[in-house]
Amino acid sequence: MSFRERLQSWRYNLVPDHLVGEILTKRWTDNAIPFLALVVTLASFGSIIPGFFKLNALQESTRQLGEFSMVVTGMTVVMLGGGIDLSVGSIFALSCFSAVYVFFILEQSIWLAMAASLATGLIFGAINGYLVGYLRLRAFLTTLVTFIFGRALFDILVTTYAADVQLSTATSDVLDFIGDSTFWGLSVSVWLAIILAIVTHIALTRSRPGWHVLAVGGSRRSAHNAGIRVRRTVFMTYVFSGFCASIGGFLIACRLSGAGPGTGLNLEIMALTAAVVGGVSLGGGRGSVIKGLMGAIIVLTMTNGLIRLGYGTGTNQMVLGIMLAVAVTIDIRWLKNRHKVLNEVYVAPVYLKMGETQSAVPDSGTPYELDNRLSAADHIGLGELEGPEDVILDRDDHLYCGTRHGEIVRFFAPDYVRSEVFAHIGGFPLGLAFDKSGNLISCVGAMGLYSVSPQREVKRLSAETARSWTSIVDDARLRDPNDCDIAPDGRIYFTDSTKRYDAHDWALDSIENRATGRLLVYDPRDGLTKTLLDGYRYTNGVCMAHDGKSLFFAESWACRVHRYWLEGPKAGTAECVIRDMPGYPDNINRASDGNYWMAWLGMRTPSFDLSLRHPDMRKRMTRRLPQDEWLFPNINTGGVVKFNQKGGIVEALGDLSGAAHPMVTSMREHKGYLFVGGILNNRVGRYRISGADPNWTSPASYWGAKP
Amino acid sequence: MNAIGWLNLRSLNQEGIVFAIAVVLFVAAAIGLPGFIDANNLVAIVRSVSVLGILALGMAVVIIGRGIDLSAVAIMAMSVAWYLQLLNTGTSDGLAFAYVLAGVLAIGLLNGFLVAYADVPAIFVTLATGSFVFGYVRSQLITQDAVPVPQGHWVELLGGLRFLDIPIEVFVFAGLAFLLFLFLRYTKWGRYIYFAGDNPVAARNIGVPVRPMLVLRYVLSAFVALIAGLLTAASLHSINTRIVNSTLLYDIVLVAVIGGIGLSGGRGGVRNVLVGAALIGILLNAMTIIDIPLLYQNLIKAAILLGAIIVDGIINPRDEQTAQQGDI
Repeated sequence: MSFRERLQSWRYNLVPDHLVGEILTKRWTDNAIPFLALVVTLASFGSIIPGFFKLNALQESTRQLGEFSMVVTGMTVVMLGGGIDLSVGSIFALSCFSAVYVFFILEQSIWLAMAASLATGLIFGAINGYLVGYLRLRAFLTTLVTFIFGRALFDILVTTYAADVQLSTATSDVLDFIGDSTFWGLSVSVWLAIILAIVTHIALTRSRPGWHVLAVGGSRRSAHNAGIRVRRTVFMTYVFSGFCASIGGFLIACRLSGAGPGTGLNLEIMALTAAVVGGVSLGGGRGSVIKGLMGAIIVLTMTNGLIRLGYGTGTNQMVLGIMLAVAVTIDIRWLKNRHKVLNEVYVAPVYLKMGETQSAVPDSGTPYELDNRLSAADHIGLGELEGPEDVILDRDDHLYCGTRHGEIVRFFAPDYVRSEVFAHIGGFPLGLAFDKSGNLISCVGAMGLYSVSPQREVKRLSAETARSWTSIVDDARLRDPNDCDIAPDGRIYFTDSTKRYDAHDWALDSIENRATGRLLVYDPRDGLTKTLLDGYRYTNGVCMAHDGKSLFFAESWACRVHRYWLEGPKAGTAECVIRDMPGYPDNINRASDGNYWMAWLGMRTPSFDLSLRHPDMRKRMTRRLPQDEWLFPNINTGGVVKFNQKGGIVEALGDLSGAAHPMVTSMREHKGYLFVGGILNNRVGRYRISGADPNWTSPASYWGAKP
Repeated sequence: MNAIGWLNLRSLNQEGIVFAIAVVLFVAAAIGLPGFIDANNLVAIVRSVSVLGILALGMAVVIIGRGIDLSAVAIMAMSVAWYLQLLNTGTSDGLAFAYVLAGVLAIGLLNGFLVAYADVPAIFVTLATGSFVFGYVRSQLITQDAVPVPQGHWVELLGGLRFLDIPIEVFVFAGLAFLLFLFLRYTKWGRYIYFAGDNPVAARNIGVPVRPMLVLRYVLSAFVALIAGLLTAASLHSINTRIVNSTLLYDIVLVAVIGGIGLSGGRGGVRNVLVGAALIGILLNAMTIIDIPLLYQNLIKAAILLGAIIVDGIINPRDEQTAQQGDI
């Protein structure tokens, strides 16, 4: 190995590039930036300001936080619904004034004051909701105008009644309790804010109205077309926001026992900044109450901290402006580019030097040399089938195969002209096997291991295995279950080809070439799935040996076949029996003469082998070129290979014309014929094997003669 | 003028209606309010509306291109406040003006860049930069709310300038309006603004440099705000930064929207600004003469703006099927 290659293999096989992409697929990365900002803000202000974390100081600032976070919760709900509410400051101030007016001037009970306060908020919210929801005005400008309107009204009221409030002698224990007392160390406003946040969170995530809000925010048009009452939903979000702001207003009325010109000033830009900084997306659909609260804490800590550090007038606006601009820009760019970045960085190729291989060229004299025998195969279901990855025959000679439409199709013996949909599963049925009682077991791509009874009942056997502790992607889920076979004791051995790609992206896995394929076993007695082997380059076909004491499985992108021992001294271990083949192996099945058939889905090419030694080149390729122009493994030619127990190659069959079976993903011997399937083919081929046992069938080979 | 109004009765549009209302209001005020028709008062109306009108011209350019500039008032007040502060602390006039001009253009560029290249909605960008400009200048660059114009400085002299007994800002307003009219109507870049405002995607597809043009609009708006600020300082001999927190910004939007410049972009022109400014000018002047307190004036203006937006929403309704996601 040259020095360059050694460096490349260290660089690409030891540095875990793939983790970047895996982390980016996680939804929690959306929360990571705001959370980091929260930690940094608290840590830096906590260390600069002496006594920041002292109980007294915290109580004072959390009191404010209670009122503020309520307003932010309302704003968050409106933003989740795709709108924005800039009038929260006015609603807050007017609600505060309502409470003050009823309590101090009309000298009514505190409860009536609270009712007046909430009514103010609800009415104001309803006006906003009517204008934006039902009249469909622009949310930003409309609420901006209602904000000015409310502010003007508040200024008039405050200047008119300020003196009267000063002279009032009304007092109330309840008011003092709400305004001043603490409960388990936290003030009433904080408790109320926490309760409101929890209730709102549950409503948003667990209730129909909440889902409607998220649906409208996520895609207004789709929500409308799905029959959701978009206008009413939008209306309700504004009413809710008004309600939240009015509780905040009532609380501040209790705390300050009055209303002044400064009440609720700049609240709208603070609340908006808090929501956006917390990570609630503009335009709706993405965000949560928790994010809003994180933003509220960040904003309040920043603004209060700067005041306590003694910065002068205007600093608040400056900081809010910067935070808003940065947060909005990050939000927009993140939403817009996350998928782009993910698509670009997800494929993280590794280095692999493939071993020298023998030629498969006709007349080359090697055991692998392909001929043209398969081109003579008859066709079954030509043009009716799409993607018969695997084929299998039952005891009555009927033929079954999967299609890419998620169906298992049955062709009736003896002529295989008539067909029916045997079962619809969904996904992409790949490997097939019959168990002892005649159930058809199938590995369904992107779904899991399924069983179809002779009565056509579809049952899921397994969709997950144990999760490994170190994996970032959820490797419990079966992403690409590929082929299965059944041991004499009924346990189902099957492969999951890759942890990193879904079934339809199998070609990307070949470019990445990372070893994440697994061999698993499903035990029908307890219904559990266990991982037996991990770390192969695309595990594919599985076949139980004739004696049932070991199994063969193919490792496609490494062009190897392994033998896994179920019994005997080597039980639980795997050994490589065929290495460095010229083709990429797929399914493996039993042959009548005690050997094994193996399909080649494609052939190695010098160019792709070379590219495997240049992960940097493959990485650049996946980032800079459109997918149509990528270098993929050659899957336009393939064949069928027979090998013996020891891994020696017996013969190879091919279709050099390329017309009938250019690539082969499976073949099944039955009564002297070989039935051939291909995942990209539009037919099943039937080829007469000269000299084969005309009575041998696979079900009999596995489960004995017909009972 | 009336004759034209009658002729257009059949094809009545918002501009026509507003113009008619302005005329009616003018006539009513002339009859009902003593001292309204007085020459000095008329000059005062035009004068009071000039700065508003100049700012509305800048806003109009941005709105026609389907944007909005909420940082206009902050730029107007804070740039001039910084300029005067620099002068008062002894910086040479040329250098001070160069600083301020650079600052103003930088903010315009920042606005334009974030809107055009980062795809952030204009309304958030300009809200944020407006807040930033006010906060930064107020906390870092100047020491008190109001900054006076130095004695004998050209800005002060500008304020005293009269031509035919009419203050200079009226001519500046008229001149700018005429220049903008020429720009929007007869230059390639001016037409691009309409194309981009009407349908940005189509404009981009036919090869209009949509993004650089967006940046240009915000720079233009910032520059116009600087001119308006200088004129304000000229007539008041000082600039009060508290104006940023007043309702001036909404008056500007009001002038543009009520004149008939649709917020969805692509429509309107200088004439709409003039009509809108006339109506608002007469209204404000009439309210002042009737002696309505300032607080109530704000309430009335807010109500009118709300009405204007509702009418705009009814005339240009949005459809569930075609409304843009995230268009708030």
